[in-house]
Amino acid sequence: MSTDFTWLIGGPQGSGVESGANIFSKVCAQMGYQIFGKREFYSNIKGEHSYFTVRVSDENIHSNVNAVNLMVSFDAETIFRHFDEIVSNGGIIYDSELENMDTDRVRTLDAPFKERLHKFLESKNKPFTIAGVLETAKENGVKLYPVSFKSLLTELSEELDNPRMRGLVRMYNVLGVSLSLGLINMPSTSLVDSIDDIFSKKPKIAEMNKKAAIFSYNYSLNNFENFDHTLIGIPKQPDTILVQGHFGTSLGKMVSGCRFQSYYPITPASDESVYLESNEILEIENNRPGSTIVIQTEDEISAIGMMIGAALTGTRSSTSTSGPGFALMTEALGWAGINEVPVVITLYQRSGPSTGLPTRHGQDDLLFTVFAGCGDFPKIVYASGDIEESFYDTGNCFNYSDKYQIPVIHMMDKFLSSSVVTCKKFNPKKISIDRGKLLDKVEGEYKRFAFTDDGISPRSKLGMDNGVFWNTGDESDEYGHITEDPQIRIKMMDKRMSRLDLVLESIPTIQQAVSFEVHDYTIISWGSTKGPILDAQAMLKKEGIDIGFVQIKLLHPFPTEYVASLLKDAKVLIDIEANYSGQFGKIFKQNITREIDYHILKYTGRGMTSTEIYDSLKKIVENKAEKREILSHGA
Amino acid sequence: MAPKLADYKTDVHNDWCPGCGDFGIVNALQMALAEMGIERDKATIFSGIGCSGKTSHFINTYGVHTLHGRVLTFAQGGKLANPDMTVVAVGGDGDGLGIGAGHFVAAGRRNIDMTYIIFDNGVYGLTKGQASPTLKLGEQTKSLPSPNTNSNVNPIGLAVASGFTFVARGYSYDVRHLKDLIVKAVKHKGLSFLDVLQPCPTYNDVNTRDWYTGVDLAQESMERHSRIYKLEDSNFDPTVNYAGEVEVNEKLSQALIKSLEWGDKIPTGVFYQNELVSPFSTRLIDKIPNYLENPPAKQIISDNGFPNTDISKILDSLDV
Repeated sequence: MSTDFTWLIGGPQGSGVESGANIFSKVCAQMGYQIFGKREFYSNIKGEHSYFTVRVSDENIHSNVNAVNLMVSFDAETIFRHFDEIVSNGGIIYDSELENMDTDRVRTLDAPFKERLHKFLESKNKPFTIAGVLETAKENGVKLYPVSFKSLLTELSEELDNPRMRGLVRMYNVLGVSLSLGLINMPSTSLVDSIDDIFSKKPKIAEMNKKAAIFSYNYSLNNFENFDHTLIGIPKQPDTILVQGHFGTSLGKMVSGCRFQSYYPITPASDESVYLESNEILEIENNRPGSTIVIQTEDEISAIGMMIGAALTGTRSSTSTSGPGFALMTEALGWAGINEVPVVITLYQRSGPSTGLPTRHGQDDLLFTVFAGCGDFPKIVYASGDIEESFYDTGNCFNYSDKYQIPVIHMMDKFLSSSVVTCKKFNPKKISIDRGKLLDKVEGEYKRFAFTDDGISPRSKLGMDNGVFWNTGDESDEYGHITEDPQIRIKMMDKRMSRLDLVLESIPTIQQAVSFEVHDYTIISWGSTKGPILDAQAMLKKEGIDIGFVQIKLLHPFPTEYVASLLKDAKVLIDIEANYSGQFGKIFKQNITREIDYHILKYTGRGMTSTEIYDSLKKIVENKAEKREILSHGA
Repeated sequence: MAPKLADYKTDVHNDWCPGCGDFGIVNALQMALAEMGIERDKATIFSGIGCSGKTSHFINTYGVHTLHGRVLTFAQGGKLANPDMTVVAVGGDGDGLGIGAGHFVAAGRRNIDMTYIIFDNGVYGLTKGQASPTLKLGEQTKSLPSPNTNSNVNPIGLAVASGFTFVARGYSYDVRHLKDLIVKAVKHKGLSFLDVLQPCPTYNDVNTRDWYTGVDLAQESMERHSRIYKLEDSNFDPTVNYAGEVEVNEKLSQALIKSLEWGDKIPTGVFYQNELVSPFSTRLIDKIPNYLENPPAKQIISDNGFPNTDISKILDSLDV
């Protein structure tokens, strides 16, 4: 029987939910399983509810599902918010000290949620307490595993003769993880290894956590009654790594030769910049060390200005931001456009508008990005569908920007950034570096914006011998000096805009859009919906229902002809994306004169699960769906 | 052969108004570059938006005419990526102290080795003479419908408070003195700021050339009457000579007090200089020892079209 197991850990922000989940993910990955983990959190430093779901499987998985098989919690809020997600035969490990806790004592439960919960408990005739919600879970066939975390620590401190341990509530996360692993019979060796890994810089803390882990692991083995799920390990797949969301673009930038990154802190983009700075010294084959200069600027306007200044010196340069930051960058984006400066902006979208849901997911910035900036200028908008892909796409984005001398916006999002997944080890040798018409030397007279057959001029760089040029945000002549001459204006505009055609002609079609089969019913989508779509597609296939899927990666300029040709045999088109208005659908219709039959949309700020997509697709196939299917799963 | 003054001039038509104070600044800048013998292709002039923004087109070095208020951001990025080149940023007072004031303050904190020159004329010329951040409260220049309702920014004081390590003021009609100040500013190790008083003959009819030279004062006295005087002619030592709180505080406060002097006597020259503050490159070297030998713009990133960056250690650490 195949394994498909979802574990959930929750607790107040700052209580170690994330490191707990990292240990659990690492253990499962080391035992050969594929992992898809996802973190949800409030815009808050300490106290609000955060949770992590980790889906574990022996097959390749690309998404979360709705069903949770085992939940572990060390606070009341997690139970109140998630008790109804645990499926029959699943389990809840919880702190027995909390049983009498009622909803009013959990101050972080917001009023609308509490109202819904109270209504539900009233209908079931249950008290508004942890005991009340757990009873309803039990009635649904969920097994309850109460344990007093306080007593666990007390027993542990007595056994180790270390009174200090008694009060170490910070270790609740490790206790929870270890209780869970014991319950599912996961071998304990990799638990110890993972703790060593995760606390590698703090050996003393690692030691204490290991003792606590083994103690609670054994407690679980000896005291908890049988659980239906056991995960005892499977053979490892070779070349598998466990990565966090931003690793694809950050490692991609290092490999692609990005040597300058400026940024202003913003969720969910800044993890990438911090990671680049943490690894700022780079090993270079057969050469002295290289480095990435990472500058935290005073705002996003400065971030893009500095990036452009650096790019003019011939340095591959980048910035990373989210929607509100990108909004501030648009004036300078146009400057990069008119001055034909190769830059890559990594745009980790979140849910807008304005500050919106600042720590939640959304794909709301597509229309804004495609149309960003005043005036007409060429740019590329490119979207990655998963973390592994984003590594290679980063390499491509830098090549596009250099070859076409054009700003590239590489679209990522919060769904990707807060995922932790297993995937195939990145292969840097599969990335190439093409700097286009960047010059090594200049001889004779030089004109930065010289008219050429392909519309792209040889590029000098600031500080290069004999390569003097001028830039201006005004319209310019071939030297880069200001002009308002109407005839030169036409030629310059035509020169710049012509590269949009060049992009479509010369970027390989496999990099423009990817077809995962085309059938009568075919999904069109972009970005991080790829994972849940692939999983939903596979679920339906097992039932004998074939659904096609075309993932569009190049969103601007739009590969009209190629996408139209891919979809010629599709009869019903289904657009899936995480925003209100079906933004991709609008771009699709603008370019391809074809109606979209259904939209599956989600704008709660929570990522899509494959279960939700499966349900909606099934309704579509059974002709029971609305034209706009709106998804809402997730706390 | 060392470049001559003429080599720093382009043949781009200069469309500034006749008598514009900007001419003196662009001449002084070209003279300073020639005097220092900086090769044309080893210097970049970054400029903002407005009349002063056109400066980069008149100088025959690399020239980057950026966006309104953003010149310092582009200039710092360029200098950080290629620290071998000489970087001079120029812009108007509205550009640097209005829309760009945040960048001005932040630049002071970094102390990157480059020079920033503000063309300070109290008005937004290219948009027909609105009040700019340095125009004093209650003054009414030609195109203002009513007297200015905002107080002015004190550029020298703001620069000193923000952490610029060389702060000076020049006067655009004293080109030789201004040239000397530019040479000092460029040679300074760290971020240097030069506030240049620059009459706008078209829109600022208050702070005119005659006003700076004190023609109105001359009617009252037959003595030397120019409002402009040079700090170096007075007993003023702007330099922080040794590290120590007392010395630094004394020189900082002296500069601040001096920056408030205005009216019948307007000081020019160096207000403050402190080379004991580490330039940004030194701070980078603390983390990245070979930053200056192998800066971003000089790094070789590929070998035969393939990456030469070795991330295998990081990748191995991610193995399950």
